[in-house]
Amino acid sequence: MTKIMIIGATSCIAEAVSKRYAKRGYEFYLVARNENRLKDLANDLKIRGAKSVNYGNHETITESLHNIDIVLIAYGTLGDQKACEQNVGLALQELNTNAISIMTLLTELANYFEQQKSGTIAVISSVAGDRGRQSNYIYGAAKGAVSIFLQGLRNRLYKSGVNVLTIKPGFVDTPMTKDFKKGLLWSSPENIAKGIEKAIDKKKDCVYLPFWWWGIMAFIRIIPEKIFKRMSL
Amino acid sequence: MRITSWGQYPLIDAEWNYVTRSHKKTIARGMGRSYGDSALYSHVTSSRFLNLFLDFDSEAGYLRLGAGVTLGEILELSIPKGWFLPVTPGTQYVTVGGAIASDVHGKNHHRQGCFSEYVESFLLCLGNGEVVNCSRNQYPDLFKATCGGMGLTGIILEVTIKLQSIQSTFIDQIILKTKSLEETLELFETHTNSTYSVAWIDCLNQGRSRLILGEHAKGEIKLQNHSSLSIPFNFPVLNSLSIKMFNEMYYRAKKLNQEVYYQQFFYPLDKIKNWNRLYGKKGFTQYQFVIPKAVGLEGLKTILNKLRVANRNSFLAVLKMFGKQNENYLSFPIEGYTLALDFKLDKYLFDFLNELDSIVLHFGGRLYLTKDCRMSEKVFKQSYPQWQVFQSTREKYYALDKFESLQSRRIGL
Ligand SMILES: Cc1cc2nc3c(=O)[nH]c(=O)nc-3n(C[C@H](O)[C@H](O)[C@H](O)COP(=O)(O)OP(=O)(O)OC[C@H]3O[C@@H](n4cnc5c(N)ncnc54)[C@H](O)[C@@H]3O)c2cc1C
Ligand SMILES: NC(=O)c1ccc[n+]([C@@H]2O[C@H](COP(=O)([O-])OP(=O)(O)OC[C@H]3O[C@@H](n4cnc5c(N)ncnc54)[C@H](OP(=O)(O)O)[C@@H]3O)[C@@H](O)[C@H]2O)c1
Repeated sequence: MTKIMIIGATSCIAEAVSKRYAKRGYEFYLVARNENRLKDLANDLKIRGAKSVNYGNHETITESLHNIDIVLIAYGTLGDQKACEQNVGLALQELNTNAISIMTLLTELANYFEQQKSGTIAVISSVAGDRGRQSNYIYGAAKGAVSIFLQGLRNRLYKSGVNVLTIKPGFVDTPMTKDFKKGLLWSSPENIAKGIEKAIDKKKDCVYLPFWWWGIMAFIRIIPEKIFKRMSL
Repeated sequence: MRITSWGQYPLIDAEWNYVTRSHKKTIARGMGRSYGDSALYSHVTSSRFLNLFLDFDSEAGYLRLGAGVTLGEILELSIPKGWFLPVTPGTQYVTVGGAIASDVHGKNHHRQGCFSEYVESFLLCLGNGEVVNCSRNQYPDLFKATCGGMGLTGIILEVTIKLQSIQSTFIDQIILKTKSLEETLELFETHTNSTYSVAWIDCLNQGRSRLILGEHAKGEIKLQNHSSLSIPFNFPVLNSLSIKMFNEMYYRAKKLNQEVYYQQFFYPLDKIKNWNRLYGKKGFTQYQFVIPKAVGLEGLKTILNKLRVANRNSFLAVLKMFGKQNENYLSFPIEGYTLALDFKLDKYLFDFLNELDSIVLHFGGRLYLTKDCRMSEKVFKQSYPQWQVFQSTREKYYALDKFESLQSRRIGL
């Protein structure tokens, strides 16, 4: 029986992932702040076929690390870049939520999995972490830091048989992006969830979701800084 | 945010929020699969996060769920346990809240009625923020106003529905080809005992058609993977020539009787995601009307004739038979025949549809609100005689000035 821990379980993308694993009869340990939603989600997942669903908050993570096969970290905030530029406190808060707190968690999880000698650590980073842009470099810096941290962790845990997966979604239609104009490049959380499930199953290292974001980012990465700095992305 | 529904017309700027207990003047919105402006307003309330199952009694087939769960998700859960939707529209990408608000019908209306027939109860959030449980016994007037009420009585939060048991995921399908509309209607009557019946008619050729009949097969529950194609952007390929070719090919298609997977039988259009984009970005509308049985043939013929004279063709022309009308104030079906026609928007279309309106009214028929983006207040009020009861029920339950859509304003509700 496979047991998955999802941290940030009430995020739109994480809920979609959970629904897929519920159908496969997984066991769950869900972590989030919103207890009401968590309770309802736990009930829903059981109806969908989950073998068992327990839940808690960030404080209960440590004590719940038993026989966990997969951990998915999915929480995050898309802060207001303009506001962060004017208020360093705000910027630090964003960096804390999207990078420092995740690295803190990962440190503990890494030690747990290293001992267990099996399992998967999957973290939702973002394409935004691939290159800094004026429109959201605080968020991008946090996501980029997480991506690099994960590279190192993957390298470290390889010999312990632990898989580390970096997930880089493009634009996803969720509450985080509620007020954005949606277009051709946008995906549904269900579609992203399908990609996450597949990447975890296949023990991938790093995935762009949908896959074609790989091409877009490859292109964006190779633009020389001399030109990039003049662009308004 | 710019929003629109399935017909991509109208396209408006709106503020978008998720369900809370107190809201500004608003309209509920599910998957936006209604074609016109029923789910559009300057401020919409999305049921997106009412997307959880609450309780499933898989012995008796009762399901309690959030109003934002889609019919497709219901089937994914219920089919492996041997349960199916007793009534389903032609797409599975609609929410259960939307299915109640439009009181949708399927290919079995003549046998099983509308979706609301299988709704036990629902929680409705009223205009004063109160949440009430509506059923046929509790707040029966509100129940009858909300089923088919196009979101104008409040926001449906949770729903209990009764499912129907099945033994197989397949449908025994029989296809009968006819040469004319007369023949098609006769065959509908001969086959009133068929559980499902629907005809695809070729508007430009005397209404020759393929009448498709179906029964749930016996056998076993087997799940199949089905893939779908997606149209990522507006790609206008539907024009009079391609429509003609499609109809010719479709009419001639050979394979007639076979067992088909339920998805193929009920949701052929879901195979191509966003097929609405094939009409281009100006959008299209579906003109779905019903004509009472007694004058059905004459009414349909008059309309088809009008299409021929105006040289207007519809890619999809789907004909169904309706059984008895239910008690809900604004549910669309009345006993007779309903025809759905798709038209790409152009400068002259609405004038043309106004002419069709007079024919429909002349024969005592009416239009389906969930497909409509242009009907006049006069046409609506003339053809939905219970609109006043509906309106006073809204008043009684604090819905006036609280729940409004572009459509409700246009048709004077
Ligand atoms: C390809 C296709 C085939 C179709 N076939 C059929 C068919 O065979 N038979 C049929 O009857 N219909 C059919 N329809 C129409 C469709 O079933 C209805 O328009 C349905 O209401 C759409 O549901 P939705 O969740 O997308 O709702 P929306 O389009 O978002 O909203 C439709 C109406 O429901 C109201 N509403 C939505 N959610 C709530 C809620 N939680 N509380 C209160 N009101 C709410 C809205 O205010 C609006 O008035 C078809 C549509 C398409 C695109
Ligand atoms: N949407 C996109 O376009 C996109 C693109 C690339 C990557 N991502 C990443 O995907 C992940 C999931 O996001 P989503 O799109 O699904 O957004 P979402 O539905 O808005 O979810 C965000 C979640 O993060 C939680 N959260 C926010 N701040 C927190 C904090 N300080 N402590 C604990 N939890 C906190 C929220 O919990 P509450 O419910 O308690 O507030 C919420 O559940 C995020 O890491 C995001 O950065 C998203």
